[in-house]
Amino acid sequence: MKIKNVVMTLAAAGLVFSAQTSIAGTTLDAVKKKGVLSCGVSTGLAGFSQKDEKGQWSGLDVDVCRGVAAAVLGDASKVQYKPLTAKERFTALQSGEIDILSRNTTWTHTRDTSLGLNFAGVIYYDGAGFMVSKKLGVKSATELNGANACIQAGTSTELAISDYFRENNMKYKAITFDTSDQTRAGFESGRCDFLVSDQSQLYALRIGLKDPDGAIVLPEVISKEPLGPVVRQNDDEWFNVVKWVVNASIEGEYQGVTSSNAEEMKTKGNPGQKRLLGTEGDLGEKLGLPADWAFQVIKQVGNYAESFERNVGQGSPLKIARGLNAQWNKGGILYSPAMR
Amino acid sequence: MFSKKTAEQIQLETRPSGNGATAFYNNPKYRGWIYQSILFVFIIGFFYSIISNTLDNMSAQGIKSGFSFLKTSAGFDVLMSLIPFETTDSYLRIFMIGILNTILVSIIGIIFSTILGFIFGIAYFSRNWLIKQIAIVYVEIFRNIPVILQVIFWYTVFNALPIARESLNLGDAIFLNVTGLYFPLLVGESGSGVVYGAIIAAIIAVFIVKRWAKKRQELTGEQFPVLWSSLGILVGLPLLALLVTGIPFHFDYPALRGFNFQGGVSVIPEFLSLAIALSVYTGAFIAEAVRAGIQSVPKGQTEAARSIGLKESKIMSLIIVPQSMRVITPMLNSEYQSLVKNTTIATAIGYPELFTIFAGSALNQVGQAIEIMFMTLAIYFAINMVISLVMNHFNKRTELSTR
Repeated sequence: MKIKNVVMTLAAAGLVFSAQTSIAGTTLDAVKKKGVLSCGVSTGLAGFSQKDEKGQWSGLDVDVCRGVAAAVLGDASKVQYKPLTAKERFTALQSGEIDILSRNTTWTHTRDTSLGLNFAGVIYYDGAGFMVSKKLGVKSATELNGANACIQAGTSTELAISDYFRENNMKYKAITFDTSDQTRAGFESGRCDFLVSDQSQLYALRIGLKDPDGAIVLPEVISKEPLGPVVRQNDDEWFNVVKWVVNASIEGEYQGVTSSNAEEMKTKGNPGQKRLLGTEGDLGEKLGLPADWAFQVIKQVGNYAESFERNVGQGSPLKIARGLNAQWNKGGILYSPAMR
Repeated sequence: MFSKKTAEQIQLETRPSGNGATAFYNNPKYRGWIYQSILFVFIIGFFYSIISNTLDNMSAQGIKSGFSFLKTSAGFDVLMSLIPFETTDSYLRIFMIGILNTILVSIIGIIFSTILGFIFGIAYFSRNWLIKQIAIVYVEIFRNIPVILQVIFWYTVFNALPIARESLNLGDAIFLNVTGLYFPLLVGESGSGVVYGAIIAAIIAVFIVKRWAKKRQELTGEQFPVLWSSLGILVGLPLLALLVTGIPFHFDYPALRGFNFQGGVSVIPEFLSLAIALSVYTGAFIAEAVRAGIQSVPKGQTEAARSIGLKESKIMSLIIVPQSMRVITPMLNSEYQSLVKNTTIATAIGYPELFTIFAGSALNQVGQAIEIMFMTLAIYFAINMVISLVMNHFNKRTELSTR
């Protein structure tokens, strides 16, 4: 019997040796096969990704997930959302737990080059700023010397604030939290004197306060925080899909294609609009997608302007102005490479 | 396969062959060695396979590996540090700060959980009905609530405190607010060395008195009031030194300057929450261990002690507790190790211990998950090995000496 045990052990060990698997592969095929897109989002951030009472996710980040699902699977609702904290997000993507990370993530050099990840574009140009309680009477970030800061752990803001305070010869104490809800609670209880985060998040967190008018966002913007979706490196096919879904949405706004007129533009549009919507050319085929991929994105999710206004703009409680996030020909820096 | 064998056959099979030497592969000693070395090779092979597979996958995914990140500047602030720290310091320093903060909260937790555990463990045997009930309620409540909830509970309590400007104030010296607990720091001036010397001398004197008293008791049977004389020495000697040197001390009082209190000593609420929760939680388990230990001592020991006229308090401290230690010590070892591992719960409230700042913030900033997790695991392993060694040594001393 002992011999039998040894043989079994050897066999099991042999299996372990032979089962050297690698995660690298085509995510596109995997998603098509699964029939559902696994998308990593934040644990809840107004305007970017939040769940309503019915369990429906919405937001600017969520629209990227929905757009990719529409382009790849033809149905924007075929998304499985995975709420992740800032600390969990990259590991979840690296390990293959999610297909896309669309979670207000700043595109930084280190993340792009050392984490085995690729940033597939920018969907929101942001910058870190400060929120303080009105009671403090602070009008500028330069008055914050010696104050306590509430920050979310593992974010690029954690680094930006340290640079800013060093530059201005000021001191601060960092109180770091795992989720944005905890960060807001820390600010609300007075554990910290100010909250530092991306401007968009400041506005989102502010409307979640018990007394939103009791807090103000200071004028200083201390860093560049381009936010966008992230995919695994070495999967160019998938990288292209996500990148061009983002571009299609931006191009849609530029071309004047909206969710309501997309159907009509398919036949009546100008060549640029037709190319985008798949009635001319073979842009979809080159991506390994159906010809109407971009049509589905715009039809089901809307173009960038629609998505922006609905989630963070005038149609939302956040009421954020387009600013940098306007098209390049309208005072912003939003620009899609040519769709041809 | 399992045909019945006669006793004779079995004897034949198991008896050494005629010339007294079995084939080496039938020799149980060698056979054990062979199987164990095969197993060893496969275990090594298994881990080699896992590690090389991981490294292959990482390089295939373009994830950088190596420990060079330790030298680079971290660039983020740490809430609490026992050693000087600037945001420009390296990740290695972050690692050190994490280790020190973990050790600090562990030591505080171990001390207070032991005190609580012994108080409530012994209180269980109190003849006073109320005291016994308090001990039972304490154990049942805190043993049955997950420790993470207790940590968050205490943190919520501290978060409900007033803001810095409206601090709870005790004699303009001790302040408590949502940012922490502040109390005055005793600062020594010139001449304070004499006082420190007197304190050390007093402690040494106490030990000498204790030894002398024990020796005297062994020789003459007379007891010396060690406790009272020790207290006298501990208080009197430094007091004398203070008066002689003209009290060379002053207090550095915390005061509200700018956003927060400056000066004095401050303890952050994250630390307080974690230390209280871990002490109270682990204390409940230790109380149970102490109860088990005391119950393991035969009742006859108490009766015998009473029969020679020992006081009740002496029976506990001289007869029962020393004998129960051999049951309590191994359990204490496990509880202390659990406490150290439970410090990782700090990540829920942001106390900057090893897991939160190194396997959390640092990991997220550099992304070297394998290296950082390996280093973190190694440290927890090392801390618990040290606890184990110390407790095993202590265990050896409390074991029943058998002849």
